[in-house]
Amino acid sequence: MAKVMGLTGNEAIAYAVKQCNVDVVAAYPITPQTIMVEVLSEYIYNGEMDAEFICVESEHSALSACIGASLAGARVFTATASQGLALMHEMLYIASGLRCPIVMGIANRALSAPLNIHGDHSDMMGSRDCCWIQIYAENPQEAYDWTIQAFKIAEDHRVLLPVSVNIDGFILSHSMERVEVLEDEDVSRFLPPRKPLITIDPTKPVTVGALCLPDYYFEMKFQQIQAMKESCNVIFEVNSEYESISGRKYGFLESYAMDDAEAAIICLGSTAGTAKAVGRELRSKGKKVGVIKPWIYRPFPEEELIRALGDVKAVAVLDRACSFGAPFNALCSDVIATLYRHGKDLRVFNCLYGLGGRDITPADLKAIFEETLEVAKTGKIKEYVKYIGVRE
Amino acid sequence: MSEKKLGWRSLPIGGYLLEPGSAMKYKTGDWRAFRPVIDQKRCVNCLLCWIYCPDSAIVRLEKHVDVNYDYCKGCGICANECPVKCITMVEEGR
Repeated sequence: MAKVMGLTGNEAIAYAVKQCNVDVVAAYPITPQTIMVEVLSEYIYNGEMDAEFICVESEHSALSACIGASLAGARVFTATASQGLALMHEMLYIASGLRCPIVMGIANRALSAPLNIHGDHSDMMGSRDCCWIQIYAENPQEAYDWTIQAFKIAEDHRVLLPVSVNIDGFILSHSMERVEVLEDEDVSRFLPPRKPLITIDPTKPVTVGALCLPDYYFEMKFQQIQAMKESCNVIFEVNSEYESISGRKYGFLESYAMDDAEAAIICLGSTAGTAKAVGRELRSKGKKVGVIKPWIYRPFPEEELIRALGDVKAVAVLDRACSFGAPFNALCSDVIATLYRHGKDLRVFNCLYGLGGRDITPADLKAIFEETLEVAKTGKIKEYVKYIGVRE
Repeated sequence: MSEKKLGWRSLPIGGYLLEPGSAMKYKTGDWRAFRPVIDQKRCVNCLLCWIYCPDSAIVRLEKHVDVNYDYCKGCGICANECPVKCITMVEEGR
C-alpha cells in the first residue's frame, strides 16, 4: 500500500526535492512559490535533509549560486515565480549554456504591470526559448512525480540541461490534494547520486564561461539543440523506469478520450482537469470530444501530438499567456507549426484565457467544446483568437 | 588562420576550456595599432610600465625592460605612465 499524504503543490515539490537528496538549495521568496523553499529550509533546519540552503538577496543571485553549485558537481534545486523568473532571465540562458542540470519549481504567476499575484503562464512563456526543459503539472501528484523524474532527465549525460516543473500559482501551489508518495529508498534507487561530466576542481582546472566568438558560438548552441532533441529519448526512458517503481504512467502528453474524438481542447496544467471533467459530461451526452494535455512543453512533443490528434477535425488551443502582436499565442503557434510540419490539415483556433488568475469555469469550457464541435461540423472558424470572458 | 576548426561533436560541452593556460596561445599582438618603443638609453628601469601593463606584456630583463609584441595590444598605458617619457607610441606600418 502506497503512502498517502495531503500536500499542496508547493509542498509536493518540496517533499520530492527532499527525497531526491539535493545538495544545494538557493532561493529567494516570492508569492506563490515561497512555501516551496520555506518547507525546504525547515527540512534542512530540522536535519531531515542534508543540504546547504543559501539565502540570497535576489532571484538573479539565487540562480547564479545554483549555477556555481551545479558546476561544482552538486545536485541543485531552486524555485521562483513571476517577477523572480523575469529577474533570473539572464541566468536561465547561462544555466542551460553551461549545461547545468538544475531543477526549478515554478508556481506560475502573472507578470506586472499591473501588479498581480495570481496564476497565469506569462512568466514561463516569457522565457520559453531559454533552452530549459519545461514541464507543466496538472495537480500536486503530477508535480511530485515530475520533480523526481526531472532530476534524472536533467542529469543524464545525453541531456545536461536544466528543467522547470511548472504548477499553476495558487490553483495548484496552494491547493491541498491527496498525493501518493514513494519510499525514500525507492527514490534513492531510482535517482542515485549525481555523476557530473566535468566539474570545477582546483586540482584539475578548467575554464567555464570563456569568451566564445563568431567562429565557435554557433557550434555551442547547436550542442544545446541536439541535447534538447536527445532529451526526448531520455524522457521516454525515465518515464518507463518511473512507471515501474510508482505504477504511474507518464509521457510527453496525456490524451483523454481522443480515440474517436471529432473536437478537442489542448491546454496546459490545471485547466486540463476541468476540461476533462467537462469532456466526460459531454461524452455522456454522446458528443465526441477529447482533451490533450502536454506535460512536456519543451521539447515540444510533435510526434506524440500528431498521434494523439488522430482523426480529430477541429481543435481549440487554450493559452494562459499572451504573445502580444503575434498571430497566435505560444501554445497555439506550436500546435499549428507542428500540424504544418507533419502535413496535417485541421481546423485550429486559439483561446486566450485566465490572465492574472481569472477563473476558467466548466461553463467556459463547455462553450469552447461546443464551438469546437461546430467548427468540426462546418469547417468554418468564426474567430481565430478568442478572448475568454474579457469585458467590453 | 588556416587551422581547421572543430565541429559541434568534437568541441567540449558548453564551451568549457579543458586545458588551463590556453590563453597563451591567443597572440593578441595583432590587435595593435600603435607600438610602444622604449628608448633603452633613457630608461631608468623603474618598472612602473611593468606594474601598469594590463597584459603583462612588459618583460623584465636584467638592467632594463622590453616589450613582448606577441601580446602587447598597444594600449599606451606604459608610455603614459613612464616618468622619464622614454616610451614612444609608433603607428604600426610606419
